[in-house]
Amino acid sequence: MAAGFRILPRQEQPAWRSCLIVLAAVGLSLLLGLLLLAIQGAPPLTGFKVLLQGAFGSRWALEDCLIKAIPIFLCSLGVAIAFRLQIWNIGAEGQFALGAVGATWIALSFPGLPKFLLIPLMVFMACLAGGFWGMIPALLRQRVGTNEIIVTLMMNYIAILFLDFLVFGAWRDVSGFPMTASFPPGAVIGTMGSSSVHWGLTHCLVLGLLVWIFFRYTRWGFEIKASGDSVRAARYAGIPYDRLVVLVMVLSGALAGWSGFLEASASLNRLQPSSMAGYGFTAIVVAWLARLNPLSIAISSFLLAGLRVGVEHLQLDLRVPAAFGSILEGLILMTVLAGGFFMRYRLVPRSAS
Amino acid sequence: MTPEVLIPLLAAAVISGTPILYATLGAMFSEKSGVLNLGVEGVMLTGCLTGFLVAKASGNPILAFGAAGLAGALTASLHGLVCLVFQGNQVVSGLALTLLGTGVANYFGTAFVGQAAPGFAPFPIPWLADIPGIGPVLFNHDPLVYLSYVLPPLFWLFFSHTRFGLNLRATGEFPGAAAAAGINAIAYRWAGVLVGGFFMGLGGAYLSLAYTHLWTNNLTAGRGWIAVALVIFSFWRPGRAVFGAYLFGGIMALQLRLQAFGTTLPSSLLLMLPYVLTVAVLVFSSLHNKKTGAPAALGVNIEPRD
Repeated sequence: MAAGFRILPRQEQPAWRSCLIVLAAVGLSLLLGLLLLAIQGAPPLTGFKVLLQGAFGSRWALEDCLIKAIPIFLCSLGVAIAFRLQIWNIGAEGQFALGAVGATWIALSFPGLPKFLLIPLMVFMACLAGGFWGMIPALLRQRVGTNEIIVTLMMNYIAILFLDFLVFGAWRDVSGFPMTASFPPGAVIGTMGSSSVHWGLTHCLVLGLLVWIFFRYTRWGFEIKASGDSVRAARYAGIPYDRLVVLVMVLSGALAGWSGFLEASASLNRLQPSSMAGYGFTAIVVAWLARLNPLSIAISSFLLAGLRVGVEHLQLDLRVPAAFGSILEGLILMTVLAGGFFMRYRLVPRSAS
Repeated sequence: MTPEVLIPLLAAAVISGTPILYATLGAMFSEKSGVLNLGVEGVMLTGCLTGFLVAKASGNPILAFGAAGLAGALTASLHGLVCLVFQGNQVVSGLALTLLGTGVANYFGTAFVGQAAPGFAPFPIPWLADIPGIGPVLFNHDPLVYLSYVLPPLFWLFFSHTRFGLNLRATGEFPGAAAAAGINAIAYRWAGVLVGGFFMGLGGAYLSLAYTHLWTNNLTAGRGWIAVALVIFSFWRPGRAVFGAYLFGGIMALQLRLQAFGTTLPSSLLLMLPYVLTVAVLVFSSLHNKKTGAPAALGVNIEPRD
């Protein structure tokens, strides 16, 4: 670092400072984003207005943010559980895809079942499929010692192509378009009241609370946190680390699978290739922004969903390429990471010491 | 398989393997210094677009190739900034770099989708290209392929027989001990990040300058991630990286050919092949070698000292 400063570790890390750092990071990222807009010839200030108004400027926009925040929140919750144990689950996208496939399979196989049976069956199958997809890299890591980052990533590609294989093949609708037939009414969870937000929002509340309780009040939750801080210490204390890896990845995959179910059942009422909107990757950004805390994950999910909605408006109004969203997500993640430095260290001018 | 089928397939394997080889060597270089850069995909793609744009503007593919390398180094320098200066987590920073790099390339590339740029043409090497079998497979390609033949032995020489290379590896193995021996560990890690990014950028540029000659968004299509896996597969040895890269090149070429010959297998299943193979290769290499040769301090940041 700068020669005129000494780098000293901080003793405490208050919450207000972490909020400040995240805000500064997001602000800096937006500033850089506006610069990119200017380079492309889009008026940056108008762009900023379109982004904000498009995301949060109307009731309709806010509802859209909530709808997009739901899958991001659930995937992120799952990713955060794995990150707590220092297991890098990059596979939420694939687990999400398999969850959607599992739920769709039930919906298409048992169209005649009443809603109160069909929905729980779909959820169960989605969690099973997502959890299974998460379990494979965990078992491979535990038994063979493979790197879970690459395996989960490759399994994303495999799962998405498997989804394509089904909707382009066996599950293709009679209309001939690459998508399944519309779900029977019993397989659709429906929207809340007069809003366009579906009941998945309540699932998020319950699951978020459960994860919070899991970490705060259960033995497994405690063991995961302890092992995440120091694997060696955890092993020494007799914590079954390898089994926790599998547990964490199954839970993580099941949550992503659940969100895949919601996407198929509530948002689209069918399965199609565009079901894969990259929520699993945004979830990683969110989990890190939120420092793995469920409540912060909820807030960050909403904000990053807002970013997506806003970028859609930028695309429509100012013809800004869709990749702008991925740039902002990358920038936010990098600046937050860099900002973490100021959480852990402080700079003291040499003359003062 | 008859030679009429096999030889073009092997030649295609070398061509499709070349961008992966460049990127794998780049990723390996970075990892030897102890910096895990998972952003290969993003770095490759910025190199890919830069190569395309410079070739289009200047008409000079050699200049474009060099510029792509520099763009790769510049993109990777963000990873260096986050991890080496600000002590950020290397895994997460690499993921962020993938998002950022692919985002930037697709953002600026969208206007050029489908457009062509001048690039490298095949240049059969006199005499060598006429050798039956070996000639068409190895010596009937563009110059960038020949350059990639020279790199692995050079990398090996560099890592094991030069002072700079040995210091770089010391930084990746025991940065504390290296620093105690008077090596500027942070400087060597910067070298690892930048040179590594340079070669990742070259790998991306191969795709736009020699492989397709046109720009489409996401041209790298996951090759960066395959490169990350191949570093593990190759046990951090340049020679084995060649084998791995051509293996993957072969699978990609085979998959294209099967599609072209109108197989009854659905294309989505064929497209899965490289990714399934990556997992299989990782499992295989982990099974057969527990001591894989990973730098001991890979992914571990050097704590700032007073």
